[in-house]
Amino acid sequence: MKQTDIKRLSLYLLFAPFALWIALLIILPHLGMLYISLREKVGPRVYEFGFENYINFFNEPIYWNTLLRTGSMSLLVTVLALLLGFPIAYYIAKIAGNRTRGALFLMCLIPLWVSDLIRAFGWILLLRETGVISSSLQWAGLIDTPIEFLYNDAAVIMGLVYTVILFMIVPLVSTLDGMDNSMIEAGYNLGGNGPTVLRRIIIPYAMPGIVAGCIVVFMLTAGSYLTPILLGGKNSSWFTEQIYDQFITRYNWEAGAAFGFLLLGFTSFVVWAGLRLTGQTLNSTVAKS
Amino acid sequence: MAIKSNPAFLTSYRLYVALFFVFLAAPLLAAGVFAFNDSLFPSLPWRGFTLDWFFNDTEPKLGMFHDRRLLRGLYYSFVIATGVSLLSVFVGTCNAFLFVRCEFPAKDFLYIMMVLPLVIPGVILGISILLLASSVANGVEETLSLDLDFLRPGIVLVVLGQFSFITTITSLVIVARLKKFDQSMEEAAYNLGASRVRVLRTITLPFLFPAMAAAGIVAFLVSFENFNTTLFLVGSEAPLTITMYDRMVKVGSTPVLNAVSFFLMIGSALLALISILVQRDAPKT
Repeated sequence: MKQTDIKRLSLYLLFAPFALWIALLIILPHLGMLYISLREKVGPRVYEFGFENYINFFNEPIYWNTLLRTGSMSLLVTVLALLLGFPIAYYIAKIAGNRTRGALFLMCLIPLWVSDLIRAFGWILLLRETGVISSSLQWAGLIDTPIEFLYNDAAVIMGLVYTVILFMIVPLVSTLDGMDNSMIEAGYNLGGNGPTVLRRIIIPYAMPGIVAGCIVVFMLTAGSYLTPILLGGKNSSWFTEQIYDQFITRYNWEAGAAFGFLLLGFTSFVVWAGLRLTGQTLNSTVAKS
Repeated sequence: MAIKSNPAFLTSYRLYVALFFVFLAAPLLAAGVFAFNDSLFPSLPWRGFTLDWFFNDTEPKLGMFHDRRLLRGLYYSFVIATGVSLLSVFVGTCNAFLFVRCEFPAKDFLYIMMVLPLVIPGVILGISILLLASSVANGVEETLSLDLDFLRPGIVLVVLGQFSFITTITSLVIVARLKKFDQSMEEAAYNLGASRVRVLRTITLPFLFPAMAAAGIVAFLVSFENFNTTLFLVGSEAPLTITMYDRMVKVGSTPVLNAVSFFLMIGSALLALISILVQRDAPKT
């Protein structure tokens, strides 16, 4: 065999698993979902092509309100994760000594290795009416009757921030790590104070990491299921819950598929808009970190 | 360094960092500690230390190692995670060679396609695969009256569903390692007369091995703890997270769930430690 033939053969052999994976498990299922979402049920086992499932979504305020609520709460979680996570990432990358840096970074990753379920379970034990916080406060005499901290929006948001903040910190640490300290010092030498240096030098430099973190955090939050349900209870009205409801409880696969696409389209749109606003591309951010 | 000088500021900054780590640890501690509380409910007050929630064999304090359903869940989780990690490391390694070594049209676009599964919500991955598999199974049953059991919700679909996004993780880890490989080492081996297979086996794969092992462990852990994708694809063989969730929703929380949580946390910590140790000689990826 000639050298080029071998090269071509190995290219095909290496390409095959990739193509099978992406085509069979990503592209085809999504096309199938699109197809099913565009079916209208006109009788038992009789379907017609049409947009009824999507029209139903817009005609029913509960549905699109849930989607908007999910979207806006996810944005809030993303912003909170960025605000809370940035100082931590900066501390790990720039202030901590060489030794503590590795340890702190690893500590940040610990919750990543623990299932969502266990993390939510831990929060339930802390926050519920008979939970640790409520009984400690009672014991300390600060409150007289047990307080329920669970099943409200604040608990959901806090739980979500907790679940996703690592995905904000990790890309931030890796971009800030690559930043030369002399750039910061130069900023100070030229007369800049703390906030100016932060705004004019550090944040612009960290932008790819910030955007990458925000994208991942937003997608994870909007697509999360366990945390809103367990910490928010019946009133969490998260959009993934609606999807589950349509699929499993009502067995209405057509509507469920349409909802799935709406979630996907909505989150992709938000990510696209975020990329446009910040002038970044998917390649320069997520793919790098 | 930056934002320096002011000691009061630095102290409060340190305090914030410390508080943050308390925040990170709090729910994990709560989940773990109550496994050892000698009470029927995972809540205060503390009634003394016990190992009953692990080893006791009678109701009402049935320990996790005597709880049939939890053990079965653990077993299925283990089977699924092993399958997913083997499969995803294999495909991840192929992807690494494909994207680092080969040139082909639309490479950048396909690279984005490779990263994409990581940002698709797990719920959507789950339902889309469920829909396709069921449609195919129904179609085959109607036209050929052949029952393709593996396309119905069950272990095979769970493995495929988790594999669909975990492969992105393994690929990224192995790509990062392969990029650091010095190709002149391969060339030297060729010049010394080694065959392709031999070079791959004795030089390239040993170099990649730490990344492959680490990727395999990460895949194993992510699979073990996955819930969103699994929820839609699960059949009668429920893995541990699903069993635990069922228990939580139907029975309410009992300390046996804390025992399982503790067990899983220790297991993950050990695996994470191993993955760090295998990668130790390698520069951080």
